[in-house]
Formats: sequence, structure tokens, C-alpha cells
Amino acid sequence: MTGTETKSCFFQFFLCVKCPFVFRGIQPLKQEQTRILEHRHEQADYWVMQLSAPGIGPEVRPGQFIGLQAPRLDNAVLRRPFSVYRADNESVSILYKVVGKGTAAINRLLPGETIDIIGPLGNGFPEATPGLTPVRIGGGYGAAALQLQARTLQKKGTVFFGGRTASDILCADEFKALGWTVEIATEDGSVGSRGLVTDTFDRWLDERSDTDIELFACGPEGMLRAFGDRAVDRDFKAWLSMDRHMACGVGACLTCVIKKNDPEKGWQWARCCKDGPVFESREIAWDE
Amino acid sequence: MSDIKPDMSVNIGGLQMKNPVTVASGTFGYGPEYAELVDLNRLGAITVKGICAEPHTGNQTPRTFETRCGMLNAIGLPGPGAKGFIESYGEFLAQYDLPVIVNVWGKRVEEYGRVVEMLSDEPIVSAFEVNVSCPNVKEGGSLYGTDTKSFASVIETVRAKTAKPLIPKLAPNVSDITLFAKTAEDCGADAISIMNSYPAMAINIETRKPELANRSGGLSGPAIKPIAIKLVWEAARAVSIPVIGMGGISCAEDAIEFIIAGASAVAVGTANFTDPSTVIRVIDGIEAYLIRHDIPSIGDLCGTVL
Repeated sequence: MTGTETKSCFFQFFLCVKCPFVFRGIQPLKQEQTRILEHRHEQADYWVMQLSAPGIGPEVRPGQFIGLQAPRLDNAVLRRPFSVYRADNESVSILYKVVGKGTAAINRLLPGETIDIIGPLGNGFPEATPGLTPVRIGGGYGAAALQLQARTLQKKGTVFFGGRTASDILCADEFKALGWTVEIATEDGSVGSRGLVTDTFDRWLDERSDTDIELFACGPEGMLRAFGDRAVDRDFKAWLSMDRHMACGVGACLTCVIKKNDPEKGWQWARCCKDGPVFESREIAWDE
Repeated sequence: MSDIKPDMSVNIGGLQMKNPVTVASGTFGYGPEYAELVDLNRLGAITVKGICAEPHTGNQTPRTFETRCGMLNAIGLPGPGAKGFIESYGEFLAQYDLPVIVNVWGKRVEEYGRVVEMLSDEPIVSAFEVNVSCPNVKEGGSLYGTDTKSFASVIETVRAKTAKPLIPKLAPNVSDITLFAKTAEDCGADAISIMNSYPAMAINIETRKPELANRSGGLSGPAIKPIAIKLVWEAARAVSIPVIGMGGISCAEDAIEFIIAGASAVAVGTANFTDPSTVIRVIDGIEAYLIRHDIPSIGDLCGTVL
């Protein structure tokens, strides 16, 4: 899939609806019964689960997600969305934090058990623009969504990780191994600079002679908004992977809508799951 | 056990369906959303998300909240409007061997008439489901579903605008569902669908704020199935027009229970979110049940509760 196709699909949802066969060619959405290949503790409340998914694995593009039906959670009616952390021809992996009853139920699963997933969902990140220095920003488990793209990029850039404390910093070693420069900020100073990741980024940007950068970020909304503001002020593009409570994951239920700027109406709803989850910062109409 | 395939086809007030299974409005988008996961040609019909005459933005977020065995929603009927629906989805839906039931709503009686008038001559539209029971729209909405007089005026108005099958979708929160079923029949409706989501609410005890931006919403999912079964059972005995049963169907057994209670057809709703393959499993499961019980036709099972 080329960057141009991504954009046309990204910005013109109705075009996709009118050309369903073209659309299907781009995003072959599948439902797959997967088997847990590995389920390992990463650090603190963070876990990695690898699922056998020969149908979905090869189709995943960076920044896309899967909808996972949590087994042993009989009174739940909704799937849980997870960014794809790793994907190959045989499998997909998620890197998750235990935050609620869904992730707690998932956390009890053992290798060999089966999980029903749908995917790949969403548009993911666009391809990096040649000539611009790639910059990645990961807040907490948002780091998981940044892995796939970095692995495919020839050009190495700088990645910024932010979190409350050292155990919230994920994937730093993986980025270092890929040859990326890693900058870390924690609020308690337990690793990296003490403070917010935006401060670390600002200092880094001020030391640069140019702003020929392109930013890809995933993390808490406050952090994404802060980087979105910087993108506008300093004139670079920031692709933000937004997180919303979702129900269907495929664009049908309109639960996960997000306000998107619209030249005529001021703003209009876009579906985070289907039209996103990645939006360029200028597209988002942030709440006052 | 018989080797002959049972007859799964049903006629819902003039709407011919190859099997008795459709999807509940609002849980399946307009078709393209699930087309990669579900073979749309296998459905008895598709019921698309509610359409009013003009485009509508719907409610603020959060719009849904998961509860035990169910979910609350207050989406607020956002949609592209009648013209936008045909422009954006008409061509797509026409590719399939798939009757299209268009769910319509309005804020005033005249708006119901207008949207039906705008869509009635569209070849893609097979039937109208009239949403008089949405709990999440302040104007109109559930008022038309809980007051027989207002209800009758909506049905009479839309009846005058179309000859296509007309299927009012009844509200569950009424003291006597048979009054509304009979009123629908008297006003010329061809069938009725039962039920819409049940008005409900959840509060976050830490923030003391309602979980939905709209404060309250409609409860759907397995939690409401026994309510829907009773309403279908009562209404089906009170009228001679067919009933489409829905509310918490998540497997073939649930659907069969509705049919035994008196439903001529059924709709799968929230379960589409849980498992997009539900609707196909329900169709296959009903057929397998008919074979297992040597029942030659789905009609022979309808309303057979003892």
C-alpha cells in the first residue's frame, strides 16, 4: 500500500464506501481463531502475548489494531482493541497493561488456549515521508504501536518515551538495537530526565537547526495533544494514534467518534476505529 | 431425521426473505462495515442504521458503556440523511442479493413522512422499519412509542407515503405491548418489530457522573432477552401481522426461542459486536434445528409455545 492510497482512504471515507472492492483489496479484514503461542511478563503490569494468526499476521500494517474477544469473560459483550506490537507471516503480538476486567481476564490465559480475534483494524500510520527525520513518541503502552514501523524503516531517527516511572518505559532497548537514538523522561526521574516527555522533546527540538522532522505518536491523549500543538507551532507533521472507547471496531456502531475539523461545518465526527486511529494533528478538533 | 432441506424462507408482510434472520438497526452500519467479515448474501435481510430526512450528528461521547451481559448506548442516531444514504450506500447494497430494511426516524410526525417519501421510490429500499422508540433522542423518539395516539399518527402518516412493507419498531417500556401492536395493525402496518433497547442508566461511583454523555441510554445484549421474549409472546398472540423478534440474541437457540414465542423472523443486534459470525451461526443453527426436529418449514415452528 502506498502513501497516496493511505491518504485517499484516510481522508475520504465515502470514496472507500463507494469502491468496496478496492477497499477490500487494501484491507482484508478477517476473523481468526488464534492459539496463544507465548504469554510472557514484560515488566510491572505489562505483558506480551503472541498469537498464531497466519491469516491476519501478514496483513498487518504499522499502527493497526486487533479486536480480541476475551475468553472466560462470559458477561462481557464487547471485544477489546489492542495495537499490534509485532506481526509476521504466522503471528501477531500485543503488548498490554492490566487495567480492567477485560485485560485481567486476558492476563489469566495460558499458552495453547484459543482466542478469537478480528483484524487488522484501522488505517494505521502512513508511510514515513522520505527526506524527513522520523521521530517517535511513546507514552506508556503506546510504545507498542510504534514498534512495527520502526522495524521497517531504513532511516533511523529519535524516539522519545515518557511515563510516570521507570517501569512505564517500554521498548527502549528494542529501539536502541534498531539503531535509534532513545530519549527517556519519567515524572519521578527514576530513569532518564525528570519531568514530562514534552520538555525533553522541546529541548531536543531547540537544539536542532531545522524542523525537517515527522512525528508519529501513541500514548495518553493529553500527551498527544501537547505534541499536536507543537506540530502546528513549529510547522511539522504529527501523526497521532488516538485511543477511544470502542464497541464494534469496524466502523458500524459509531461509539468511538472523534471531532475532526471540517472547513464547512467547523467540525464533524470521524470514527476512531475505521477512519483512524491515526490522525494528523491538524485534523483533530480538540475539545476546549 | 429428514434429508430434505427445510424451507427457511419467510414473508414478512410482503417482504420476502430467504431465511428469517436479519440484523438489528444500528448494530451493522449500512452494510460495508461488516462486508469483509460476513457474507451479506446469506442474510435474510439487512436492517440499516436509522435514517432521518436530513443528516444528523448524534450525541456527544461517551456513547456506549458495557454492563454485565449487555451494553448501554446513547449514540443519538447520527446518519447521512435520506439523500446521503442513497448516494453513499445505494450502489454498494445493490450488488448483493439482499433485501434492505431501512430504519427511519424523525423528530416530528411530518419528518417521518418526509424521510419515507424521499426513500419510497428507491429500488434499493425493500421495507421500512419505523423507529418510534429510540430512547436517546430528546424530540420525538420514545414519545411516539409510548403514547398510542402519537404512535398512531406516525404510522398513519408514513402509511400514506409508501406501499412498501411498513414495520414499526415498538418500545419495550409500555404497560401493555398489545395496545401498540394492535394500533400498528389498525393503522395499516405490515409487521412489527419487538423490541428496541430498554431505557437504562449507569453511574460511575467515583466521579458520580453518568457513564454516558446523554446520561441515560438503551440497554441491549443478552441481559434483555427474557424481556423481549415475553413482549414478542404477548404481541404475537394479539395481532395477525408478523412479528420480528429481537433483544439479546447471541446464538441459534436464542433465535429459536423467539420463533417459538411467536416471532416470524429475528434480528441479531449487540452480538454482532461480540462476534461478527453470530448472524451466520444463527441462520445455520436454525436450519440444523429444523432438520433435527423434522420440521419442514420455519413457519411451522412459529408461535408453537405450549
